[in-house]
Amino acid sequence: MPAVSKGDGMRGLAVFISDIRNCKSKEAEIKRINKELANIRSKFKGDKALDGYSKKKYVCKLLFIFLLGHDIDFGHMEAVNLLSSNKYTEKQIDSMDSVKQSAALCLLRLYKASPDLVPMGEWTARVVHLLNDQHMGVVTAAVSLITCLCKKNPDDFKTCISLAVSRLSRIVSSASTDLQDYTYYFVPAPWLSVKLLRLLQCYPPPEDAAVKGRLVECLETVLNKAQEPPKSKKVQHSNAKNAILFETISLIIHYDSEPNLLVRACNQLGQFLQHRETNLRYLALESMCTLASSEFSHEAVKTHIDTVINALKTERDVSVRQRAADLLYAMCDRSNAKQIVSEMLRYLETADYAIREEIVLKVAILAEKYAVDYSWYVDTILNLIRIAGDYVSEEVWYRVLQIVTNRDDVQGYAAKTVFEALQAPACHENMVKVGGYILGEFGNLIAGDPRSSPPVQFSLLHSKFHLCSVATRALLLSTYIKFINLFPETKATIQAVLRAGSQLRNADVELQQRAVEYLTLSSVASTDVLATVLEEMPPFPERESSILAKLKRKKGPGAGSALDDGRRDPSSNDINGGVEPTPSTVSTPSPSADLLGLRAAPPPAAPPASAGAGNLLVDVFDGPAAQPSLGPTPEEAFLSELEPPAPESPMALLADPAPAADPGPEDIGPPIPEADELLNKFVCKNNGVLFENQLLQIGVKSEFRQNLGRMYLFYGNKTSVQFQNFSPTVVHPGDLQTQLAVQTKRVAAQVDGGAQVQQVLNIECLRDFLTPPLLSVRFRYGGAPQALTLKLPVTINKFFQPTEMAAQDFFQRWKQLSLPQQEAQKIFKANHPMDAEVTKAKLLGFGSALLDNVDPNPENFVGAGIIQTKALQVGCLLRLEPNAQAQMYRLTLRTSKEPVSRHLCELLAQQF
Amino acid sequence: MEHIRFILIQNRAGKTRLAKWYMQFDDDEKQKLIEEVHAVVTVRDAKHTNFVEVICVADSLSVLQFRNFKIIYRRYAGLYFCICVDVNDNNLAYLEAIHNFVEVLNEYFHNVCELDLVFNFYKVYTVVDEMFLAGEIRETSQTKVLKQLLMLQSLE
Repeated sequence: MPAVSKGDGMRGLAVFISDIRNCKSKEAEIKRINKELANIRSKFKGDKALDGYSKKKYVCKLLFIFLLGHDIDFGHMEAVNLLSSNKYTEKQIDSMDSVKQSAALCLLRLYKASPDLVPMGEWTARVVHLLNDQHMGVVTAAVSLITCLCKKNPDDFKTCISLAVSRLSRIVSSASTDLQDYTYYFVPAPWLSVKLLRLLQCYPPPEDAAVKGRLVECLETVLNKAQEPPKSKKVQHSNAKNAILFETISLIIHYDSEPNLLVRACNQLGQFLQHRETNLRYLALESMCTLASSEFSHEAVKTHIDTVINALKTERDVSVRQRAADLLYAMCDRSNAKQIVSEMLRYLETADYAIREEIVLKVAILAEKYAVDYSWYVDTILNLIRIAGDYVSEEVWYRVLQIVTNRDDVQGYAAKTVFEALQAPACHENMVKVGGYILGEFGNLIAGDPRSSPPVQFSLLHSKFHLCSVATRALLLSTYIKFINLFPETKATIQAVLRAGSQLRNADVELQQRAVEYLTLSSVASTDVLATVLEEMPPFPERESSILAKLKRKKGPGAGSALDDGRRDPSSNDINGGVEPTPSTVSTPSPSADLLGLRAAPPPAAPPASAGAGNLLVDVFDGPAAQPSLGPTPEEAFLSELEPPAPESPMALLADPAPAADPGPEDIGPPIPEADELLNKFVCKNNGVLFENQLLQIGVKSEFRQNLGRMYLFYGNKTSVQFQNFSPTVVHPGDLQTQLAVQTKRVAAQVDGGAQVQQVLNIECLRDFLTPPLLSVRFRYGGAPQALTLKLPVTINKFFQPTEMAAQDFFQRWKQLSLPQQEAQKIFKANHPMDAEVTKAKLLGFGSALLDNVDPNPENFVGAGIIQTKALQVGCLLRLEPNAQAQMYRLTLRTSKEPVSRHLCELLAQQF
Repeated sequence: MEHIRFILIQNRAGKTRLAKWYMQFDDDEKQKLIEEVHAVVTVRDAKHTNFVEVICVADSLSVLQFRNFKIIYRRYAGLYFCICVDVNDNNLAYLEAIHNFVEVLNEYFHNVCELDLVFNFYKVYTVVDEMFLAGEIRETSQTKVLKQLLMLQSLE
């Protein structure tokens, strides 16, 4: 027992520990522990008062038992009693430094536990002043406190910037031994330096030129020192030095305004990429990833491509390889896309399973974004399916179908390539899906070649049929009916397949229905009807790549930002925005969601084309003259996929001059007093009565998809007298015009007594907005002019797209939105009974997805969604914590845009 | 709100020699974390970095604590010293904070070995509290820490 001889051990404790260590088995250990527990229990319960030493000894024994992993259910009071011992607490306070240090951190702890408890104002100056304290220990503690406090009240603590800079400057320029106790392996005060540099990252660059000059000097000094020969060979020396260096680089990246420093930082990191220390290579890759997105250093980062590729191939630590993959993704642009994509594909073959899906998404995005010719893109995606078919998500293969459908220059190549890929004896089911779809659409383009004649195509596909899942077989059946249209010579063969008992009487209802309907369609419909029903798919309306959205979901916001903002490659949007923008219709759902309709409905629905066909059967059977009408039916929204693109894009419509009678904003009165209250009623619902008085009732029905919406307003004349000059108009106050486009149809100027007129509004959200448009209604009733201004129930949350995500993704995203301005929080009293079901319904109505099993407290609600606007997407996370006892709620919103967080928080807080 | 979430000292067999928590976890969560840290750290060798990212979940009283964490660890003989911090915290600063701490232990116990930590575990906690407080680095000067420790010892 070597330790006992040192210092002042408690003999009984040491003996006990030795006993435990000498136990030969788990059972013996438990026995010994139980014996000791019984002993301690009796001592604590005994009549004799224990002295401080014994109490301490027994509490220590209990602690040791607890450390071994056993439950302790007594002794707490004795432990607490020890606190009041006068043995050392009275004498503990020996130096003011120590007190200041502990007080600062204690305040920090209090503040974290309960921010409202810590008064600001008078304290601020005193706390900031601690940065000047002559004792480094006090400064170290104080910086932690200030860093935390200033995040909530940046302005109050602004004065800390200049103090921090001068403190930092003094440390950085001091000789390696100046700071004595605080010098660590020849590095002056490394931890304090790091903390100061982190504090500065809470603020933008200093406004004061002198302060800024001094700071830049510091940063340069740190970069210079990195080039000096080391003062010690010890790893502690280089680690401490590099801790400061990396934090300095973080600050330089945070400022993103000093091109010279950014490039120097990049060169420094470049040296580390080849360092023999794995830690440094890892940190350099990680840090460079952020440098790659700065316009100043992007080119400098690119020069290291070979080293990074090499890291991807040779690093032993998977986390280092992962950083290398991240960096390649971040540094990719048109100039190096082919090289990077091919290296990532090669890496994929041996990549760890845990990161394969992410690599697949990244490759798919890069291939699309930087495709110069689309045959390369098609090859890349098919390679992805070949190499890692299991990790190719729906988004990826939906996307390739969209692109092929929209680009006629690549359709022939795509058909040829999938045909070849399907020749492989074992090809992935995702390949069968892509192949089935593409051949069904464009198989005719390669049918001239006898090697890929229609019967060959069909038998190739059908050879895979029996091994596939129901969803894939359903898709293939649709391919077959399309073949009947494309290649009439295959009709007999295919009908025979459809007629087979295994199809017509398939246990799966979806397959059976398809077989029955397609068989009937092929026998009943004329060639013309067939040709119309089974026509080639119209181009898909362009949206942001759903793959990018998926990667963002996986990685949190910012993951795709380097590619997203197009800052470095402004031309790319035009050429490679994926596909040429095609006119979109208001009701067109998200292309990924409904492309194949497989995901929308629980039993796999038919692809849109054939779903349409199914529906058309009604027409076909109804009468010989039935005109195949492809227009959307309201009850089947997904059919609108079939709707040929509208002749004019919504923008073109919007560009139409507004009705001549449209009054300027100055002509309309202010909203009625209860307008806000009426608006609030519609935050979480889309339909209802917006307004009612003795004369008029206004009802609303609306639906929103992505960044588009359609609203029906119903104006009911409650009187028996006709309204005249009836004119409802929508007005955009302030900047709203640039944020929200609302196109209205004119309504009849007369509304008869007891009649109702309907007005349709097409709405497009261009970017985030805070105020709703105004609806001004004017008419004459019995000769008297009536005017009424309401707020149109269009709030930013209407453009929410709910996002399901796993707990893990949620946490990651939540964390990534940790800047104080990204968060908005409100604590408020409940205005309605606190019913969990009602709350749920409201949150769903609000538009976000409700995530179960994310919040450890089941009483709380957690939601996520993306606000879709034309210009940008805003990811939103929310959390609502009801406190039934206090009849209060706490609502927290985090989004990537500050005003949006606040606005959503305000909107939602009024609903409970 | 970066700060240390916990400090853990384990031996290769996974026995905990010290566990200091700076964030609300219930006992089950603690046990799970201890096991997880052991599992991820012991499989790594010298070719690996000293950093591992982990994900843990806890609901502290004040804020949502869904976070991605990383473990910064260093091995001394058969002992793993681990500090859990926020993913964007400074890796090397904490790596050296560990070493600074170990040097203090070494000085305090005169050539520290695992047994010192076993028999004097309560003293090790005192050392931790001198150097780290409220999840922050409190004091980095070895001289100051040792002076304070000796003073406290003299009061016993």
